[in-house]
Formats: sequence, C-alpha cells, structure tokens
Amino acid sequence: MHTLHNLVSGPLVWLAFIIFIGGSIYKLVTMAKEAKKKDPLVYEYWDGNYAFRSILHWLTPFGSVNWRKNPVLTLVTFAFHISVILVPIFLLAHVLLWKESFDISWWYLPEAAADWMTLIVIFACIFFAGRRMIRKDVKYLTSSSDYWILAMVAAPFITGYWAHHHWPMYRLMYILHILSGEIMLAAIPFTRLSHMLYFVFTRGYIGSEFGAVRHARDW
Amino acid sequence: MSEPASKIESQKEIKQIKDMGLDQGVARLTPEKIEKVVNEVLENETGARLKAYVESCVHCGLCSDACHYYVSRKDPIFSPAAKVKQTLWEILEKKGKVSPEFIRRAAEVAYTECNLCRRCAMYCPFGIDVAYMMLTMRRICHKLGVTPQYIQDTAHSHSATMNQMWVKEDEWVDTLFWQEEEAQEEIPGLRIPVEKEGADIMYSVIGPEPKFRAQLIYQAAVILNAAGADWTMPATPGWDNSDMAMYTGDNEMMARLKKEHFETATRLKVKRIVMGECGHAFRSVYDMGNRALGWKMPPVPVVHALEYYYELFRAGRIKVAKKFEKPVTLHDPCNVIRGRGLHEMTRYVVNKTCENFIEMTPNREHNYCCCAGGGVINCGPPFRDKRVVSNSVKADQISATTKKGVEVVIAPCHNCHGGLEDIIHHFGLGVELKFLGDIIYEVMEKPE
Ligand code: SF4
Ligand code: SF4
Repeated sequence: MHTLHNLVSGPLVWLAFIIFIGGSIYKLVTMAKEAKKKDPLVYEYWDGNYAFRSILHWLTPFGSVNWRKNPVLTLVTFAFHISVILVPIFLLAHVLLWKESFDISWWYLPEAAADWMTLIVIFACIFFAGRRMIRKDVKYLTSSSDYWILAMVAAPFITGYWAHHHWPMYRLMYILHILSGEIMLAAIPFTRLSHMLYFVFTRGYIGSEFGAVRHARDW
Repeated sequence: MSEPASKIESQKEIKQIKDMGLDQGVARLTPEKIEKVVNEVLENETGARLKAYVESCVHCGLCSDACHYYVSRKDPIFSPAAKVKQTLWEILEKKGKVSPEFIRRAAEVAYTECNLCRRCAMYCPFGIDVAYMMLTMRRICHKLGVTPQYIQDTAHSHSATMNQMWVKEDEWVDTLFWQEEEAQEEIPGLRIPVEKEGADIMYSVIGPEPKFRAQLIYQAAVILNAAGADWTMPATPGWDNSDMAMYTGDNEMMARLKKEHFETATRLKVKRIVMGECGHAFRSVYDMGNRALGWKMPPVPVVHALEYYYELFRAGRIKVAKKFEKPVTLHDPCNVIRGRGLHEMTRYVVNKTCENFIEMTPNREHNYCCCAGGGVINCGPPFRDKRVVSNSVKADQISATTKKGVEVVIAPCHNCHGGLEDIIHHFGLGVELKFLGDIIYEVMEKPE
C-alpha cells in the first residue's frame, strides 16, 4: 500500500501533468498546423471580436437562446463545469500540496463550498448519465465511451469525497482518488474531454463566420 | 383548425425511397472503390476543422431541437448529430471501410434529410457546423457517383448549358424580349436593357425564372425602371446565378459556374450584381462559390433583392400608392438571414408596403427552414412527401399566424416558395404565398 501510494503520488503525478500539458500542446499545435495547410479559411475568416462575442454569449449562463430553452440542463451544466474546474485547483488540500512541494500557494475554497461543489460534480454526472438513458435523441447518440467518460470524471470526486470524510477504507480511496485524477487529467487531450481545448476555436470560428461574413447572431 | 393540421400525418413512416440515381449508383459500388474515394476526399479535402468537430462533439443532443426534421418527427435519427453519426462518424471510425448499403443510407441522409440550413450551428454550444459535414458527405457521394437523379439532372444542365434548366441561349434572350413586350403593354417605353456595357447593375436570376416564373422578370423590370436604376441583363451564359452543383457536391462545377457569372459581370463592366429573390443562389455567389474560386468575398459586389429593395425604399426611389391590405407574415429564408443578416432590412420593406404585418415565431435568425432548401426540393418527387411531413413544425408556425388573421405569407426565396407551397397545400393552411417583389409590384406607384 505504501509503495503504491508513493508511486501514484510521485512519478505518476508528473507523468499525468506531462501528458496533459504536453498532449494538449501537441494536439493544439498539430491542429493549428493542419488547419493552416488544409483549412486556411479558418484563419482567413477568423475575427477576434466576433469570435469573442460568440464565446462570451455561450459562456454566460442563459446567454443563448438554447441555454434559455433548457433551463435545468443549463443550470446543471454550468454548475458542473465551474465546479469541475475550480475544485481541483482551489481545494485547500491541493493548495497545500503545491505549497509543500514547490513552496507556491494561492487562494483556496472554504471547505464547505468545496464539499458542495464536489457533490455537484457527482450528481451532475448522474444527471448526465440519466439524460443519456432517458432522452431518446441523446440515447441514440450515446456510445459506451460516453458513459466511461462520465465515470472517469466522477471517479476522482467520489473517491476524494470518500477519503476526505474518512469513510471505511479511506486510505485505499485516497490512492484511488489520486490515480483516477491522474487518469482524467491525462485523458483530456485524447478523448472527447478535448472539447475543453477546442471550444474556443470551434465556437470562435462559427462566431466569426456568423458575425463578420453573415452579419447574423449565432446564439 | 383546432388541432394543428400538422399532427395528422407527421408520424407516417416513410420507408426507403426508390431513386434511380441513388439505387443505380450504389449498384456500381465495390467496397474497394468506396474506401479509396472516401480516403481521397478525407485526406485531400478535409482537415483540422472536421477533426475538431468530430472530436469535440459531446453527444449531448442540444442540437436536436434546432432541426425542423427532428422537431416535426421526434425521431432520433433526425437529430443533427444523428445525421453525422449515420454518415461521417462511422466512415471515420471505419476508415472508409463501409458497405454500399451504408453509402445508400448516408447519401439519403445527406441529400434529403438535411437542408444545410445551419440552424443547428446556432444551437450547438460548440458551434459545430453539421451542414458542413453533410456537404462533405455529399462530396464523397458525388465522387462515388451516388446522387439523387433529379438534382443530378440539374447539375448536368449546369455543366452543359451553364444554367439550371436546360434553357438555350436563344430561349433566354427571347424570354427577356417577351417579358419586355408584356410589360410595355402596361408601361409603354419600359425596357429590359440587354448587354448594356457600363451599367451600374447587372441583374441576375435563377434558371427556373425564365422557365416557370417569367413574370418575376417582368416585375423586377417594372421596379428597376420605376426606381430609375441603370441596369442590364446579359444575353450570354452567366445570366443564371443558381447552383445545384454546389449541392450535389460537384465543387469543380460550382467554381466554373461562379466564374462564368462573375466574368459576365466584369465583361459588362457593371459596378455590382443585384440578384433576384433566391436564397441558395445567394449562398453560392456570396459564400460558397466565391470561396471555391479562391475569393474571400465576391470579386464583384453582390446585393440580394431584399437588400436592394431596402435601399430603394430608404432612398424613397419607390413610392407606395396604397399599402397592401391583407394581413401578412414573413418567412425568413435561411440563406439570406442566417446567411447574410437581411432580416431587419426585409422588415423595413414589409412595413413600408403592408398595412398589417404579423411576425411568425420563431423568427429572424431563429426561423425554421422551409425544408426545401439545400437542394432537397431539387431531389424531386420521390422525396417530396418526406420533406413535407418532416416540416410539420412549419405548418404549426404558419397556422399560429393564421389564427391571428394572417392571409398571406411572404417568402422571399424561390426554394422557400416551393417548399411552403407544398406545406400550405398538404396541411390545408389556406394562406396565399407571395414574393416580396409581388407585393412591391402590386402596391407601388407605376410610371404612366
Ligand atoms: S436541416 Fe438544418 S438544422 Fe437540420 S441538421 Fe441540417 S443544417 Fe442542421
Ligand atoms: S453537435 Fe453539438 S449540440 Fe449536437 S450533440 Fe454534438 S456537441 Fe451536442
């Protein structure tokens, strides 16, 4: 158990970050290069202002017609995405790890807030999974990988919550927490989680086309 | 009309539809040929954009309610992302190793179950452009020789005659003279100036105008003359701005057509092209055809009829004798609204010419497509029923306005006209259909 702990909290952390950062850069650079060669129009029509206008509307809760048409999904989606990004970065326990290892630190979330946000992530994953099973159109689009991705995202939050509250077998859960967190991080550039990387570009591009060429709104 | 008329038949199943072009095309395929062609197209003609779209689609279904096919039929196969699933996802996953039967279905999806209206791009959080992917699928089908018969015939016409309707050169010029004569009975001295070098405007129309709706040329002539415009129409090929090759996936032919069109305008030394009330032609000239030729924006400025009318009314160059009295509503055509943002200008003209204008909802960029666009109506009679029942939401939209008293739907686009005509008839909506030019012609002060 001890060596396992050392492994996941030592070399594997490095590996996960290297894969995440290196992989993301690699993906974005190869995409950018390929676009230059084969989709030069993306560069030609890209318009910073209109791209930003579109991105902003879609990053604002209820800022687009479709967000307004789906209020429950919109609330869950925004609560989920905010939590899934903020908790890992601003959790006190994580901040302390950075402090210990590199002597750098930053603001952290009050414990109760972090607790709630963790639960939000977990229940949002359940909500998304339920939606995949219940809504006919979403079910049709769903493949097993979609459930795996949800499980992959939920895992570090479930195990983290478990370990933090010292429920039975929390030591094991702690190891699983670190491991599943590493897996998720490393998977971002290479799975559909990469929507996180591409969002700015796909949204920005259609925003540019709609704004600068077509003089129409796209939200 | 208690229950929306549209509910009646929308659930009717439409089994695989026979089409000579698709069926015979597929019969000639082999798995090897499919794999080769698919990979050629993917390798040479697509890149990061397609990859980013496919990789970042989270299968959330938020685009479903954008699509009139899905909203009308509630069948998951009509969700925009589902159309990609039935076509490119599978093709990419199998690296082109798909069967002829798969291509048969994929072709039917791409040609007859998507109008390329781009409404879903406004509903997907990532702005994934399903229309682009359906066009990519059509490109593959074109290269495989699997295209619906009727639309392929128009594409053949384009390549043989440079117009969509097999109109011969002398027939074209005859039509212009004929319409000029007709118009002169009403307004003596009216001219349709042909081949006038150095005019301000080249007025261009789509192939079906001289063929089926020649009175539109007459009406346009009356409007342009009353406005005192300095205009001309070409006597040579290049007069037709329409483009079905763009929709079959024949990008080379699309480029040839637009080259001819722009070169005709340049030969006539006009300052700009004004085009009739057509949506797809505008898309071809303003958005896709020019790009196929390497022009970021059209080399000759292109003004759609709606924008031109707006200009004329703004400047007071057309006077209204008596406003149109019957209550009207307006159908916003995708290709000039989502495609060019002409919605407010159009409303300006409608309000100038009509007493009583009632909006349909949703409207402007959010209006539902007519289900005829994107070449779907051009796939002809075999697919007619499918496109009509797959747009019951349009029937609901219109019947909601008739409850408020609307008697006339203004549809300023040829394709929308064709599509709405069928919908109005099929669902018994009992409204008239008009172009905006019809209304202007009717209400304007005409010179003696
Ligand atoms: S018809 Fe329009 S909304 Fe439906 S999939 Fe095609 S582009 Fe999207
Ligand atoms: S295309 Fe967009 S809205 Fe549709 S399923 Fe994919 S991510 Fe969701």
